[in-house]
Amino acid sequence: MWIHVFKIAYKVLLRRKFFTFVSLFGTGLTILVLVVVAAMLDDLLAPRAPEVHLDRTLQVSRMAMRGEQREWTGSPGFGFLDRYCRDLPHVTTMSIFTVGQDVATFVAGEKIVSQLRRTDAAYWRILDFDFLDGRPFGESEVTDGAPVAVLTSSAARRIFRDRDPVGASFDAGGQTLRVIGVVRDVPFFRSSAYADIWAPYTTAATEDYRTRLMGGFQALLLVDSRARFDEIRAEFASRLPHVEMTDPEHYDRMDGGPWTRLEEVASEVAGTSDESERPRTGWFLGALGLLALLFMLLPAINLVNMTMSRIFERVSEIGVRKAFGASTGQLVAQFVMENVLLSVVGGLIGLGLAFWVLHLINASGWIPNADLVVNYRVVSYGLLLSMFFGVLSGAYPAWRMARLDPVQSLRGGER
Amino acid sequence: MNETLVLENRSAPVRTGTAVRLTGVAKVHRTDRIETVALSEVHLEVGEGEFLSVMGPSGSGKSTLLNIVGLLDRPTEGTVEIAGQAMNGLSDRELAPLRNREIGFVFQTFHLIQDLRVRDNVEIPLLYRRLPRGERRALAEAALERVGLSARMGHFPAQLSGGQRQRVAIARAIVGRPRILLADEPTGNLDSRMGDEIIAILEELNREAGTTIVMVTHDARLAERTNRIVRLFDGRQVQ
Repeated sequence: MWIHVFKIAYKVLLRRKFFTFVSLFGTGLTILVLVVVAAMLDDLLAPRAPEVHLDRTLQVSRMAMRGEQREWTGSPGFGFLDRYCRDLPHVTTMSIFTVGQDVATFVAGEKIVSQLRRTDAAYWRILDFDFLDGRPFGESEVTDGAPVAVLTSSAARRIFRDRDPVGASFDAGGQTLRVIGVVRDVPFFRSSAYADIWAPYTTAATEDYRTRLMGGFQALLLVDSRARFDEIRAEFASRLPHVEMTDPEHYDRMDGGPWTRLEEVASEVAGTSDESERPRTGWFLGALGLLALLFMLLPAINLVNMTMSRIFERVSEIGVRKAFGASTGQLVAQFVMENVLLSVVGGLIGLGLAFWVLHLINASGWIPNADLVVNYRVVSYGLLLSMFFGVLSGAYPAWRMARLDPVQSLRGGER
Repeated sequence: MNETLVLENRSAPVRTGTAVRLTGVAKVHRTDRIETVALSEVHLEVGEGEFLSVMGPSGSGKSTLLNIVGLLDRPTEGTVEIAGQAMNGLSDRELAPLRNREIGFVFQTFHLIQDLRVRDNVEIPLLYRRLPRGERRALAEAALERVGLSARMGHFPAQLSGGQRQRVAIARAIVGRPRILLADEPTGNLDSRMGDEIIAILEELNREAGTTIVMVTHDARLAERTNRIVRLFDGRQVQ
């Protein structure tokens, strides 16, 4: 049956070339936009180097400290993370590191701004950076506060030009650091890993950060299995009431939790005000789906008329099929399937264009170090979306045409 | 229940002896302003294995009668029985498989699908049965062989003469081995030599396979070759 449908769909595709072109063009453009968005979301949410363990990583990057009159929402402090987040069950490795901060380096009178993160040694074990030269800093260098740094290759090029960076020193925000490693550039969307320069957190100018409950840091928790996430969250929540407040006069509690990347993004987008609640990812994904649906609806409605006129040319065929035993349901299925096949061809064109557009985005520098790719996940999204688009634009015409009266359909000239 | 068995299983010994029975059938087309009577008080019984022709001037209701027998149209009044089973009140979903198994159509204008090769056109009725592709192919090829078109299986309809197209249409009508074959002016678009060829094929099907045939025709010469002639005039059965 499906071979038969495929043959007919192919012939219909060849019949009115302009219609086919418009259909494929419309579908292709729609799928192109959706695939580009899907590639960005995939880049943000899927495990890709250096965030290779993202699927079993929780992050503590947003907390709230509350009191009767005051509320402080933002990144947690080192003191909170170090004192209350260590030794959580099933966490195999934990890393504490700063959010990125801009630092300036002057090279031959030119100001070069880079993003610096101060991290511990575990950071290099959770995240899998591609070292082009040198090595990461270890536990002893962190303990000693050694003034060492790892640079991305493009930061190294900007600061050292043609010189070999490893072993050389440079000035970052008034602090002299010695380069011990160079890594491949990190795409902007790998948010825990993105930076230009990394130095031990112990190189910070003062020791104030050690006791602070809020501000400037975040943590990654590498868990042995995703199945343990809820257990970890529960233990984390049970520790929060015991946090010793550093400013009890103004604040009496802390809210927040270790969330997945998807939950973090959902919370950012929704602008959640209550950090104690687990971000609702269902809502976020539903909203994304709805946006995609609305985006597809307009071209789909445009294609409906064209699909109708295409099927109208086949009125006699509808009559014949009905006469020989096709039910309305079978005809609807046939026409929808034909439309889905057409949409999949359009979707493949969209995917082909997406390769090119993503290459342009990567090359444009619009997103720092962008590495947007059409991988198997993005291809699957593209194909699923084009099939859905085919159903969306084909269901109504198919339903209308399949209900035609067979006697009327068969009245006509030579076919 | 037995009557259903008759429909479902061609080899079942239970036979009613009557392939088609119309009782008091009327068909009225109504629009907002006018009412047209296409058929009125038609009583017709077609025996199994009979070759019947329906004659009458244009607009006398011949095609309407054929559409009602073929379960493509519903009568406004009266009852339709196919092989002893009443068809009144059956839904589209229930009628579709009955059309598929019990009835084959041959149209004046062939109604072949131009985009499909001859073999694929003939396979169409089998697509709506759960048959493996190989079996469908074999049955389609056998039907084409029967109408003498084995050599044209891979052609498209546009590459065939009118007579050959009608033979393809007959192959399509008989490929599912229906009990009843309904032919609506099957020779109307053909010259007399090709027309004779088509009638010879229908006669052979009737004689050798025992297929019940109801044929609408304007051609008295061809009608004379059938077992019985039913004449319609202004929607009424006059003979």
